[in-house]
Order: sequence, then C-alpha cells, then structure tokens
Amino acid sequence: MHTKTVAQLAVGLQQKDFSSVELTQCLIDRIASLDSVYNAFITLDEQAALAAAAAADIQLANGGSNPLLGIPIAHKDIFCTAGIRTSCGSRMLDNFVPPYDATVIARFKAAGAVMLGKTNMDEFAMGSSNENSYYGPVKNPWDTTLVPGGSSGGSAAAVAALLTPAATGTDTGGSIRQPAAFCSITGLKPTYGRVSRLGMVAFASSLDQAGPLARTAEDCAIILNTMAGHDPLDSTSAEAPAQDYTADLDNSLSGLRIGLPAEFFGDGLDNATAKVVEASLQEFEKLGATLVDVSLPHSKLTIPTYYIVASAEASTNLARYDGVRYGHRCADPKDLDDLYTRTREEGFGDEVKRRILVGTYALSAGYYDAYYKKAQQVRRLIQQDYLDCFEQVDMIAGPTTPGPAFPLGAKKDDPLAMYMEDVYTLAVNLAGLPGISVPAGFVAGKPVGLQLIGQHFGEARLLNAAHRFQQATDWHLQHPAMPEGR
Amino acid sequence: MAIEQDEIDKIAKLARIRIDRQQIGEVTQRITEILGMVDQLQAIDTTNVEPMANPLDATARLRTDAVTEVDQRAVFQAIAPAVENNLYLVPKVID
Repeated sequence: MHTKTVAQLAVGLQQKDFSSVELTQCLIDRIASLDSVYNAFITLDEQAALAAAAAADIQLANGGSNPLLGIPIAHKDIFCTAGIRTSCGSRMLDNFVPPYDATVIARFKAAGAVMLGKTNMDEFAMGSSNENSYYGPVKNPWDTTLVPGGSSGGSAAAVAALLTPAATGTDTGGSIRQPAAFCSITGLKPTYGRVSRLGMVAFASSLDQAGPLARTAEDCAIILNTMAGHDPLDSTSAEAPAQDYTADLDNSLSGLRIGLPAEFFGDGLDNATAKVVEASLQEFEKLGATLVDVSLPHSKLTIPTYYIVASAEASTNLARYDGVRYGHRCADPKDLDDLYTRTREEGFGDEVKRRILVGTYALSAGYYDAYYKKAQQVRRLIQQDYLDCFEQVDMIAGPTTPGPAFPLGAKKDDPLAMYMEDVYTLAVNLAGLPGISVPAGFVAGKPVGLQLIGQHFGEARLLNAAHRFQQATDWHLQHPAMPEGR
Repeated sequence: MAIEQDEIDKIAKLARIRIDRQQIGEVTQRITEILGMVDQLQAIDTTNVEPMANPLDATARLRTDAVTEVDQRAVFQAIAPAVENNLYLVPKVID
C-alpha cells in the first residue's frame, strides 16, 4: 500500500481493496519504525489520524468520491492546525498550539483527507538543507549522510521514504522544488496567489506560496485541485478561479515551445548534472516539443535581489514574535525591552536572526532607497526577462539545482554558499511564476531534478508537460533502499 | 562595505534581538559578508523602473464595512504566557 500513488490509493479505497484505517495504520507503523532514521516528522497525532480515517471510511461506504477522501497527507509544520502544535521548526513556536486551521488545512479536511502529521522544516522556512531546524536535521532517504534540501525537507523526505503518499510544502525561494529535486520526487510551486496563505506562518509575504509534494505530477494535480482557489481571508489571494488541474494532463506536447536560458546552463552548473538534464530535455523533443535558446539577462542579480526582499519582508513578519501573546517567552524578564530582546535571542536560531538583521538594515532610515527600493526595482527587471521570454516560448526549463544533494554539514557554516543552492529557483518566486521539479535521473546515485517554469496561472500546462515526461520515463518510479534492509 | 560593530548593535536594537557580546564579532562579520553580496545591485541602472512590491501588482481588495467576526478572545488567550482580566501581562512599562 505504501508504494501506491495518491491516484492509485483513491482507486483502491473506492474498490474497497483496503480501508482508510488500514492504510493510515500501515503508514503510522512505517513512521514509527523508520522515522528515527530520517527525522522527517515533528508532531504525530495517531489518534486523530485514525479517527479521521474512520470517518472517511464511513463516507466512502456512503458513496463519497472526493479524490482525497481517506488519503493520508503529511503537512509541513508551517500550516496552522487547530489543536495540534505548529512549531514552524522553531523554538519560538515550540509550545504554540493554534486555535484555528489554515485555509489549506481546512480544504484538506473538507475533502476528507487524513492528516498524518506535521513535517520537519528549516526554521521559519529559511534554509536550503533542513539543517536549521530546532528539532534536528532531516536526512535524505537516498543517502542519510546527505541533506534532503529545504526548507520543506521533512515533507520531501517523508514522501521519498514512502512514509506518506504526499505532503504539503511551501516555497519562498525554492523550498518545495529544491528538496523535491534532492529527494527524487515531484514538487510544484503554484503561481503567487493561487493557494491561500491564511494560517500559513509568514516568511516573505510577496514570495511565499504553498504547494504539493508527491511521487507524480498526476498526484500533484489532484492535490492542487484541493489546495487552489480564491480565499477572501487572504488579501493576496488571486481572484482568478481555479481550474481542474487533472483535465489536461494527457494532452499532447506537440507544438510546445520550451526555452532553455543560457544562464541556467553556464558557470556554476555541475557537469554531470548538466548531462542528466540535457538527456531529459531530449525526451521532451521526442514528445513533440521544440527547444529554443533564450536568455534571462538579469539572472546574476537574482540572489542579491532575493536576499534583500525576502530578508526585509521577514524582518517585518517576524516582528510579531515578542513573547506577549503566544509562543516562547524568556524567563524573568526585567522590563519590556528585556522581554523582547531575550525572547527573540532565545527563540530564533542563527540563520533567522541573520536574516532579520539584514532585513532590518535594508529597511532602515538612510538605507531603504539603496537596498529595499533598489531590490524592488531590479525585481521588476527580473520578472520582465521572463515575460519577454514568454513572447517566444510557452515554458522555460533547466536544472532545479546546480548539483545534487550535498553532505550534512558541508554548507551549514557558509551562508553565502548555501544561498547559491537556490540560484535557479529564486527568480521564479520574485516573478510570481509557477514552477515544478520532476525527477530526471541520478549522478553517482544522487537524484537530479529538472525544473519547468510556466507563465502566470499556467499550472495546468506545467503539470501536463511533467505528466507526459513521467509517462515516457521511470525516474519517478524509483525508490530509495530502506534502512537496514527493512 | 564593512559594517561596524556599533552599527550592528543599532540594528539589533531596532530588531529587538539581544546579541551576546561573545557573538557580536561573528554576527558582524556574517552580516558584512551578506551585505557585501547584495551590494552588487548598486551597479544596476534602474532609472524609471517602478518598484515591484507584489509580483502580480495586486492591490488591497475592499469589502463592505460590516462586522463579520465573532469574539474569540478566550480561545486566543488560552495559549498566552500570562493573562489577567482579559489583558496580556508584560513587565511594568510605566513607573
């Protein structure tokens, strides 16, 4: 059961091959047996999961047919879940039990999905390796000496290790796509505004977006159908109605024009990774697509632009953590200033503090124009590069990351080297575009991801291209060996 | 552009984060490196380019000025570190 995709599980549940309770118990047992190796989960509530599964079984018996009814899903610990701790990977929220559900969580509940647990992540979604978690690092199921990627490392590892058929993640600079690539699974970041951010702990409000991680593009489409849609409670939620993202999956790719930016295949890209990506692009040609050389001239500015915008927005969003209304509070504060400064010193990890300080600096009097306003202007130039390309091509492709997963500890003490990991993913968030990473092969046993970037609200076409690629290849069907031959 | 330690102290004060004296040197160095990296933007000509705050240039939506929420104070304060008489308690602010 644990190797089946969401689509296959839905059929199995409908046909009564197994019940949701049996399926959920199977995964609970796997997590109990294996997760000490990966550390993919922070919080599990087995009673609640089995109760939800039992409720789903009753609905299934009564003819319920929602595609996610009775399906176990793991949620990144950044989504508020009423009555269930939501830590955001941080000591600051270690004791935080939200009084409400995020809109995304409410949508899964309404669909009858079963919440398996809350997954580990880089603290406040800041990181590319899941080494910045208060709850310890997550290990890559393909090689436990390697990072799974981040910040949605727990979700990616849980899906890759077959502990859950699918999981939710969030992506601000690559945090769904990069761990998907490192763990050889499929991860989609929708267009900015496509999925509600209500109840999703905010990192950078103009960049954050929630999305699915699963083993296939088809599963991502099924899950996106539940996640997507306008939410009047999120003032940045797109008014454009959501579509049925499964409807076009099998469309032919004949005539599809795919742009290959020179800047994605130049310096900094590992040779072996380049070869894997180039071979996968040939599959698209066989499927009828045309490859076109394009350019994204402002690519080199992506990293500095992102780090100013994201840090500035983070410094504002994390100002609320003050020990007064919820979350961590330092012991015996002498005065109000001591309450704030010591709570925040203790509650936040090093990378979070670094980014808050950089962001505060960029927004401070005398520096705002030179840093934040400047970055916002360059952001528009970066978006314009993509819009110009989309005059000639339908989507853009390239490697998701400059190389495969790196060893735990290799970049933890070098923030700038860590930031380079996201060089191909950051601009997609700056421009608000949708992006997907699919498994494309291996380099010395380490997974490599191919990234496809679509036009605004072009998720259906991206999922279609990814699905047709997965029908022609089998990278996504491979699973890592289980520890100790289990 | 090297940042002085006292500049970092000023920023830390704005951000209300205490930095231990043992760590201030390292923190200053790290922030200097990051700000050095982002300085690349200064070389770009952005004359007449409109700043982008939101990737879809969306603006705030308006709604009817009518009460739609219910009072949930008890639920929200149940998770507070210190409350009394429906108020959040903090160290004395005014002498």
